[in-house]
Amino acid sequence: MKKAVGFVLAFGLVLTMAGCSQDTSTGSWDWESEPAAESTGVTLNVYNWGEYIDDSEVNVNDAFTHLTGIEVNYKNFTDNESMYALLSSGAADYDVIFPSDYMVGKMIRENMLAKINFENVPNFQYIEESLKNPLYDPENEYSVPYTWGTVGIFYNTKYVAEEDLADGWGLLWNEKYKDMIFMFDNPRDAFGIALKKLGYSMNSENPDEWQAAYEELVKQKPLVQAYVMDQVYDKMINEEGWIAPYYSGDGVIMMDEEEGNPNIDYFVPEEGTNLFVDAMCIPVNAEHKTEAEAYINFMCRTEVAKANAEYIGYSTPQTEARKLLDPEIGENPNFYPPQSLLDKTEVFITLPDEINQLQDSLWLQMKQ
Amino acid sequence: MMKNRSAAAPFAVWMLLFTVVPLGVVVWFAFTDGEGQFTFDNIAAIQGHLGTLAYSIALGALATVLCLLLAYPLAYSISRKTERVQQTMVMIIMLPMWMNFLLRTYAWMTLLENNGLINRFLGLFGLGPLHMINTSGAVVLGMVYNFLPFMVLPLYSVMTKIDARIIEAAQDLGSNGWQVLRQVILPLSLPGIVSGITMVFVPAVSTFVITKLLGGSKTQMIGDTIETMFIGQAANYNVGAALSLVLMVLILLCMAFMGMVDKDDEGGMVVV
Repeated sequence: MKKAVGFVLAFGLVLTMAGCSQDTSTGSWDWESEPAAESTGVTLNVYNWGEYIDDSEVNVNDAFTHLTGIEVNYKNFTDNESMYALLSSGAADYDVIFPSDYMVGKMIRENMLAKINFENVPNFQYIEESLKNPLYDPENEYSVPYTWGTVGIFYNTKYVAEEDLADGWGLLWNEKYKDMIFMFDNPRDAFGIALKKLGYSMNSENPDEWQAAYEELVKQKPLVQAYVMDQVYDKMINEEGWIAPYYSGDGVIMMDEEEGNPNIDYFVPEEGTNLFVDAMCIPVNAEHKTEAEAYINFMCRTEVAKANAEYIGYSTPQTEARKLLDPEIGENPNFYPPQSLLDKTEVFITLPDEINQLQDSLWLQMKQ
Repeated sequence: MMKNRSAAAPFAVWMLLFTVVPLGVVVWFAFTDGEGQFTFDNIAAIQGHLGTLAYSIALGALATVLCLLLAYPLAYSISRKTERVQQTMVMIIMLPMWMNFLLRTYAWMTLLENNGLINRFLGLFGLGPLHMINTSGAVVLGMVYNFLPFMVLPLYSVMTKIDARIIEAAQDLGSNGWQVLRQVILPLSLPGIVSGITMVFVPAVSTFVITKLLGGSKTQMIGDTIETMFIGQAANYNVGAALSLVLMVLILLCMAFMGMVDKDDEGGMVVV
């Protein structure tokens, strides 16, 4: 998950409110009327991002306990790195964790994840085909996608000419919009865009390509008003600038009719982009592996996936749940891009150390 | 005597655990490589960051000078008021510090933006818009705003001890206002100036976040670079520690120099 949890929450609330007013027919899932399971005496330790599970409309963890008799000890982390640090130090025992794509790859490489027995996760069948067997887990043995999204460009239709969008990522290098362009203030996303603009892979391991991407970013710098992360919301909504690349799931708040700016629109450049996934995994030393698989299976259950998607605001990989969403979300190509575009996306994988170091030093050089 | 010493024990332990030990860790990291072998490579790597370092020192120095120019007359005029007024005014100066530093800086962001409050106000009179946000000037402004109290308070606490009769005596002996300032007030308030400069310059040089929020993160200061070294994709604690160490040495040198200026060592560090 990307930053800006507060916004995600706010957006989730907007969605749930919209859900209340619009689709009273389906309503929310009445799990309490289903028969309760006997207590198993097992407590499952779950480690997830903050505000990353529905606990209002449908209390997902309570529903799980009600239906399976397994207690849930639910804890939050704020970023992949701290989650990784805690697990690798052996200071905590978790049964289910929610790392992002590149972190899944890193943890597989370091033998920190257990292979999931997919016979215990029948609901995996509902997961979008194109999200199965991802680069970070090519045989799909260790992870089940939980949420996903893409990186694209948010722009203000009042000032940005429609025909300029044909430039794709080049829009962020368009002199016409000097000082009205925002850029990611983190090297991975910024370099990813520059690499993609040049037609290279976002996961390039060729130093020459990184050097070329660096030169693109240096060229872009005079046109950029500011390098931002979370500040992008206010700045775009208040029309401080007109163009900003950002994450689809977080960024939609900018387009919200009430809290955002109705002039803001979003597109994903034709050259392709970064697709990010937060997945569910089981650490190799998990004490309750079978129960963990039951939990993952439960999260892929249609009612649960729908409740979570509405609460979190990110795209759901669960195809049946998506059909139940408000069509404004479920059929929205910004949340659910067509296959033709998905084919051109890349997930981030962990780069070799020397490329990571090159990236950081080029980034600092660019900022000098 | 013994009683006094044992009373200070908790603080000594605190200092040892949270100042001396971490400092030792910083030094250790600065002079070792990833495998724990002794090396000067990290210190040498600083060459790549000299531009950033110079930029930070320049901005920090500018902010310090501006703080001094603003704070000196203010502190003097407060120190000449009645005690009640003094207390109220010191309180007012402290007031913004009760709010979180980050929030205050965010507030400046909304003030300075192109469609921000200041430009909208100017717009009412058909003026502007002024381009303020995401410039070095905005960064300096952010530093001056945030660190001004650290200049005012030590100056004030020294000036309030200047006996009004000394100033009157100077005036009786025929000094004009300028001479009173130069030959009486300035020398007497020197300890306050010295500690004020130190208290502003040190945090100003090593500041970060302000560049992100008010400078648009376009030109990094050394604090931002050190941050990147610790939480970046390729976190390099060793170079980060070396940079911190160099910054510390520079600051120490600067304080030693200031200490020489302030030979009396009266210390204006008394706050409030």
